Amino acid sequence: MVTADQVWAALDEIPDPEIPVISLVDLGVIRDVTVDGDTVRVEFTPTFLGCPALEVMRRALEETVEGLGATPDVTVIQDDSWSTDRITVSGREKLRVAGLAPPAPRAAGATTLVQLQSKAFRCPYCGSTATRLENIFGPTPCRSIRWCESCRQPFEQFKTI
Amino acid sequence: MSERAQLLLSIADDELILGWRDSEWTGIAPTLEEDVAFSSIAQNEIGHARALYELAAAELGGDADMLAFDRKPDEYRCAPLVELHLLEWAHTIARRWLYEEADQVRIEALKAGDDTELAGLAAKIDREEVYHRIHAQMWAERLRNEPRFQAAVEELWPYALGVLPLELRPELARRTGLRVDSTQAVERGSHTDELEPLWLEMTEVRRSVPGASW
Repeated sequence: MVTADQVWAALDEIPDPEIPVISLVDLGVIRDVTVDGDTVRVEFTPTFLGCPALEVMRRALEETVEGLGATPDVTVIQDDSWSTDRITVSGREKLRVAGLAPPAPRAAGATTLVQLQSKAFRCPYCGSTATRLENIFGPTPCRSIRWCESCRQPFEQFKTI
Repeated sequence: MSERAQLLLSIADDELILGWRDSEWTGIAPTLEEDVAFSSIAQNEIGHARALYELAAAELGGDADMLAFDRKPDEYRCAPLVELHLLEWAHTIARRWLYEEADQVRIEALKAGDDTELAGLAAKIDREEVYHRIHAQMWAERLRNEPRFQAAVEELWPYALGVLPLELRPELARRTGLRVDSTQAVERGSHTDELEPLWLEMTEVRRSVPGASW
């Protein structure tokens, strides 16, 4: 029989389908793992609802649990329990190294345009905060586009939700 | 069908059909930024529709795809606002702004409601809609004094009222600064002539090979 720790370690090897530098554990989409005999229950809390990778993630979770010789029972949690605040510290660093600026911490209220236009966002390439918002929307639901005034290139910013 | 299932389908249909309409700007929006914005917003709205259809499917049977694509046009419960084929920027922005304001009023009501499952999903949807609202409000602010935009808002306002049940309309009027008392709403329940062509296109692949697995 597998242990919950073994399951967590195996799930930490699954790359995010669209941002493969980080694992599903780094991304914070696994809310809980419970082992009950041969069955492994995994609570999966989706990122952005329009993300086409959600189904790929769910299947990868099932296949990984099967690979451990157990029967998967993946529950998709349809509430707001996932937030970009769930991305781990090591996950944030991996995003930055890959050129994708990590999300800002969630504010108490809803994000505002003033916050998006503030100087709180750091270029993942040169570290400058002289960056500006180019487009709230980007190539996937989770990203915005910013421009770095210092090294003069665009970069992708993980949206805070 | 329970009132809850009717409510879920109404909201899901709004999001699916508006997502489809917004996606019609992909490739032809006035600027590259808006091309990306409308494509991304459309993707989000259709994602919200999928999650709502899944909740409805738990009661009605089937799955999200069946609810989205296997019904006849007259079985959809979307508000006429989202059906309109508006390939004109002032009207498109007017609809986006009015819809997002109405949607926020609806989401706030769901979050405060007794249905914890729906309240949880509404809270998740709300976090993504924040970005749509910023986008819509930014454009509405920019175009506020433009006669074409003002005319489009006036023309679409009766449709926007039809998105919400009666009791939530005063809040929409308060948020938008428009009048609720003298306006005859274009109510949910009947469809415009523009839904059927959209439906034919949206369901074409699914109808051509029923039951295909992808």
